[in-house]
Amino acid sequence: MITIEVNDKKLEAKQGETVLSALKRAGISVPTLCYLDGMTPTGACRMCVVEIDGFADLIPSCAFPVSDGMKIQTDSPRVLNARKTIVELLLANHPDDCLYCPRNMNCELQNLSEIAGVTDRKFLAKKSEHSLDFSSPSIIRDPEKCILCGRCVRVCEEVQGVSAIDFIGRGSRAIVATAFNEGINVSNCIFCGQCINVCPTGALTEKSDIKNVLNAINDPKKTVVCQIAPSVSVTVGEEFGIKLGEDVAGVMTSALKQIGFDRVFETSFSADLTIMEEAAELVSRIVNKGTLPMFTSCSPGWVKFIEQYYPQLLGNVSSCKSPQQMLGSLIKNYFTKSEGIDPKDIYSVSIMPCTAKKFEAGRGEMGLDGVDDIDAVLTTRELVKLIKMKGLDLKSINPMLPDDPFGDRSSAGKIFGVTGGVMEAAIRTAYNMITGEDLKNLVIKEVRGLEGIKEATVKIGDLEVNVAVAHGLGNARKVMESIISGEKNYHFVEIMTCPNGCIGGGGQPIGLDLDAVRARMQALYRIDEKEAIRTSHDNPSIKRIYDEFLGKPNSEISHKLLHTHYHKREDILV
Amino acid sequence: MSMTAIEQVIEKYPEARREYLIPLLQDIQSLEGYLSKESVVKVGQHLKLPASKIYGVATFYNQFRFNAPGKYHIQVCRGTACHVKGSSSLLDTVTRELKIKPGQTTRDGLFSLEVVACLGACGLAPLVCINGEFHASVDNKKIKKILKGLTTEGKKNE
Ligand code: SF4
Ligand code: SF4
Ligand code: SF4
Ligand code: FES
Repeated sequence: MITIEVNDKKLEAKQGETVLSALKRAGISVPTLCYLDGMTPTGACRMCVVEIDGFADLIPSCAFPVSDGMKIQTDSPRVLNARKTIVELLLANHPDDCLYCPRNMNCELQNLSEIAGVTDRKFLAKKSEHSLDFSSPSIIRDPEKCILCGRCVRVCEEVQGVSAIDFIGRGSRAIVATAFNEGINVSNCIFCGQCINVCPTGALTEKSDIKNVLNAINDPKKTVVCQIAPSVSVTVGEEFGIKLGEDVAGVMTSALKQIGFDRVFETSFSADLTIMEEAAELVSRIVNKGTLPMFTSCSPGWVKFIEQYYPQLLGNVSSCKSPQQMLGSLIKNYFTKSEGIDPKDIYSVSIMPCTAKKFEAGRGEMGLDGVDDIDAVLTTRELVKLIKMKGLDLKSINPMLPDDPFGDRSSAGKIFGVTGGVMEAAIRTAYNMITGEDLKNLVIKEVRGLEGIKEATVKIGDLEVNVAVAHGLGNARKVMESIISGEKNYHFVEIMTCPNGCIGGGGQPIGLDLDAVRARMQALYRIDEKEAIRTSHDNPSIKRIYDEFLGKPNSEISHKLLHTHYHKREDILV
Repeated sequence: MSMTAIEQVIEKYPEARREYLIPLLQDIQSLEGYLSKESVVKVGQHLKLPASKIYGVATFYNQFRFNAPGKYHIQVCRGTACHVKGSSSLLDTVTRELKIKPGQTTRDGLFSLEVVACLGACGLAPLVCINGEFHASVDNKKIKKILKGLTTEGKKNE
């Protein structure tokens, strides 16, 4: 420990840490902009400047190490003035259309302007003229609102290993864009939305489906149904003042009914179904010496990633559609029949922590005979907007159960929402398929937690099954390289596109709040701990659907409805 | 440029070192006249750099073009002397007439436009250079006439 002096008070600091980190720990707030927790500091925006004795210039605290005896001023007139000027310069060519902006009241630029005390337009620069990029089904780019903080660029490169976007041009003409400034749809972007979560402004947002969904709800001819993903119910409460990590599944179901959905289902049901199909596929690949390791296929960003970067490994990808698409397909091809609804008259919505799910829903490999599995995808953020629009108070709504015929889920289907969850659920069921018994201890500790790459060896009968779990595509890339080089020999690999899995998805509330992510994870594991049905194969709704409709896993009809194949992408600027 | 030609350029830099990026791009541009998407992707595969990074670096410098040059490559000088003599309005006229911005090529492939800092013939200002040929003291009327002539000529030869 060393001692520093901040605003004339003595403070302890750790050797080697940055000034910003010492200040933060002491509860002294310094505004930041380009800084991102856990990522390389660039010192680019200078929002975080402080005065340090012995230095003529102001120093960016996020990129400067502390030293013993250092004397720091964080709130001197000079610092406050510099901060204000930086914000005023950022605003010089900003469009200022807050009232129409998706980030209104949730915008760091507004916030910075407020705390810097900006009250009028000090500098007037020519407005940048860039058109909106509407090209993709998932993400809208509005370069006019970009303040060039570079956070999206770093997340895309350092977390996802994709680098779809970068700084283009220089000086006053610099923007953040794709290669050749093309629409993001033809870039190597995998639509994960992680850049949206870190963007301080409205420059990056999801393509909203709220209007389409409301139109369908208001159309008396339509039966509008929805499914809600496992991670959403342990997240949404945060946005309504409910404590972190509280599961509001029942309340959500009621709220969705009040919003106007005729039926509300849970994607956890079809996560169980995915496990039945995927575990059967794994067992068959192992027994019949098929292509191994098998990779999970439920995360659409990952699927596009492997199509672009490792097409030679596409045969390793499970043929299972994702839970979203499986339930979508059952709604269109099974539910409609049993209810006597014309598939044309049903509108099927999914509520996901994810922007890539919007892309997945529109893929040509999905659907059957020209009927899409899913008609619209809303992110967690869009759901929050919808609830606010309808003026619902989550704290005073009575919970309800999801609707039949997909009413039950196991807790295995629920933990899909966290990294390692699919693996754990799949092993539970594969174990049962091979041995006819259940694992004595259902918890597979090695695949839990937020470590980037996790490994385990599980004994199933005489078999030793080697598994790996990775989240964040930068980690996925490492796993792929270790498989290609022959260094690793796995049977089964789970990949989630987003850091920490769906609970950290690109459609979740804005920001990188690790405490919140941890609370969401714990909530999912608490559910798994306390519930009676903890394996997908014991889910009564699953048993029923196999008895009445699908026959057995990997049957002909399940192949028709629940499986698909992916292809190498040639058309992409990687 | 064919893929093999790009590959031949790349072969001159067998070591995949990132400091070769600029020389590689320069070599490709001097062969091909511009940097195509295909060549950027190829260079990226060789140097293990994403296309967005290469494009970012390349757009930082003024020397690179990303569109195939047109049949008539027009350089408008924006040096000081030409500026004083009205090259700004001249450039406006060209962009309006051809409906392209500097760095772009018209859809029919006839014209491409480039802004250059100084062509070193300030006595002839404002100066326009088309396929290497200087046109001196060009005003708005004159440039329109030149463009019209070239359009007719270019279309005829097709
Ligand atoms: S990005 Fe922020 S400051 Fe800019 S228009 Fe949107 S809400 Fe307003
Ligand atoms: S959505 Fe993901 S891949 Fe696409 S630009 Fe954003 S971070 Fe990169
Ligand atoms: S798009 Fe957003 S995150 Fe990216 S540089 Fe611009 S303001 Fe920053
Ligand atoms: S936050 Fe420190 S320089 Fe940007």
